[in-house]
Amino acid sequence: MTVTAAPASAPTRPARARAAAGGPRRGRRPVLLAAAGLVIALVFLAPYLIMIIGSLKPRAEILAVPPSYLPRHWQPDNYVTLWSTPETPLPLNLISTVVISVCATLLVLVVATPAAYYTARHRFPGRGAFLLVVLASQMLQPTVLAAGLFREFVAIGLNDTWLAMILVNAAFNLSFAVWIMHSFFAGIPVEIEEAATLDGATRLQTLGRVTLPLVWPGIVTAIVFTFVASWNEFAASLVILSTAANQPLSVALTKFVGQYDSAWQYVFAISVVAIVPVVVLFALIERRLVGGLTAGAVK
Amino acid sequence: MSTRARSRRSELWAAAPWLSGVLVLVAGVVVFPAGYMVWTSTRAISPFGVDRGGAGADNFRHVAALAGLPRVLLNTGVWVVGVVAVTVLVSLGLAQFLNKAFPGRRLVRLAVIVPWAASVVMTATVVYYGLDPFYGVVNRALVDIGWLDAPFGFTKRPVPAFGVAMGVAVFVSLPFTTYTLLAGLQAVPEDLLEAARIDGAGPVATYRRVVLPLLRPAIAVATLINVINVFNSLPILRTMTGSIPGYDADTTTTLIFKLIQVDRHVDTASALSVVNFALVLVITLVYVRVARPMREG
Repeated sequence: MTVTAAPASAPTRPARARAAAGGPRRGRRPVLLAAAGLVIALVFLAPYLIMIIGSLKPRAEILAVPPSYLPRHWQPDNYVTLWSTPETPLPLNLISTVVISVCATLLVLVVATPAAYYTARHRFPGRGAFLLVVLASQMLQPTVLAAGLFREFVAIGLNDTWLAMILVNAAFNLSFAVWIMHSFFAGIPVEIEEAATLDGATRLQTLGRVTLPLVWPGIVTAIVFTFVASWNEFAASLVILSTAANQPLSVALTKFVGQYDSAWQYVFAISVVAIVPVVVLFALIERRLVGGLTAGAVK
Repeated sequence: MSTRARSRRSELWAAAPWLSGVLVLVAGVVVFPAGYMVWTSTRAISPFGVDRGGAGADNFRHVAALAGLPRVLLNTGVWVVGVVAVTVLVSLGLAQFLNKAFPGRRLVRLAVIVPWAASVVMTATVVYYGLDPFYGVVNRALVDIGWLDAPFGFTKRPVPAFGVAMGVAVFVSLPFTTYTLLAGLQAVPEDLLEAARIDGAGPVATYRRVVLPLLRPAIAVATLINVINVFNSLPILRTMTGSIPGYDADTTTTLIFKLIQVDRHVDTASALSVVNFALVLVITLVYVRVARPMREG
């Protein structure tokens, strides 16, 4: 029951059935619910609306006392001048963020997919211990090990490198990737693979043509999660990446906030640039989030 | 016996290539730094990273002697318990709401995801800006709607700043928690609710006697993962209270980063990290017992 509860198709049916039953009879209720929903949506979006509006204010206006809600002079130019400010080499920060997140995600895929597949398909001594290690490491975060990671990378000469952060992001997102893909692999009946083998497919052909397409939703979820977590990683980058050019956007952003002088319009423009792509990625897997990231955990 | 041992060994060899990547990464980037951190906590390290020899338990004594420590420990307890409790309670309501059918539900659900996807530093920074007593738009809005007589310096003194930071921590924890509980709610069989209705149970009784017990595993998992996340959270407090002098608005996690970055005391920071690490391991043991996501049926 636990692992075979395929996260893909479980949700929405009861909700729809209920909507069909209750819809026409209680005419006003959906309207009230929708109004409440609108309020909730606005609460969750409010900080990001402030961000977008602030990113379009000229410097004098964003520091004006008292502040105005909307810009008097809209200044979309901020999104252009942003890339050549003295506080931090922002184009390089964007490149760092992209390189680190993409490489960490690829590394997680290369390493986690075979482990998830094998543990779902085979029994072997130490299997339980292996899965326990994976599960336990989900609870560890770079923050609690930052002092040790910093000392390790200094000792082996990797401090202040992209590679160090690629390794950190990959290692700390592995467990989730293994876990979610494991439950997808376990949800595919062995018979399907056996049929392919009977038809003369090799093991790799079976994996590539039959199994992987079926677990694709799990793989996409793992990709999005690892990518977004790496994209937003802050604590370890703060300690390990000391050169401005190596730092990701999350750390570079803090350079614009000073004790006496802050370039908020740039802080918010960077934030918008950094947040929009990951929100789109998350929206793509929204159904899976409801369907059960915890499909295995929450029976 | 010996053939069995041999077959066990051959099974291990067959599994090794498939698992080796995970094992190497976990060993190199999780287990080794953990061990190295424990070792560092017993050494005297110069501010420039030079190992000056054994220090016994001196680093732990330095941690215990830190003037702000009692306040930091109190803050840590308030931070974790307060943020997680409020997050779970609000999420229970929110999940219940998002499980109802209404027009535009998908869009509301998408809006709720945004703080989850967005970088926590960025969310904390915009709130910090909004609450500035001089140019902050949130402060102005609070005055305009009459909740405040004059702009208030929320982020200027430790206690209100810490409170506001807790609010931000709840805000960014809500999406994950709500979605986990929502998944739990959707696993509640419709005919069970139907049966409760037929038996004459009102909505409150149905929720308390039927829904809540079935949600318990989801609540447990969401709570434990939140405890870990909130305990390890650095960016919110660093952004919102980092400029306040002293340790009055610090948790053990933010104190570790101040020790590493401001004071350059990696050895003392390691000792405090070891204490944090031990706490996390205890919580992990509880999690493994409660969750066991890979338990096979």
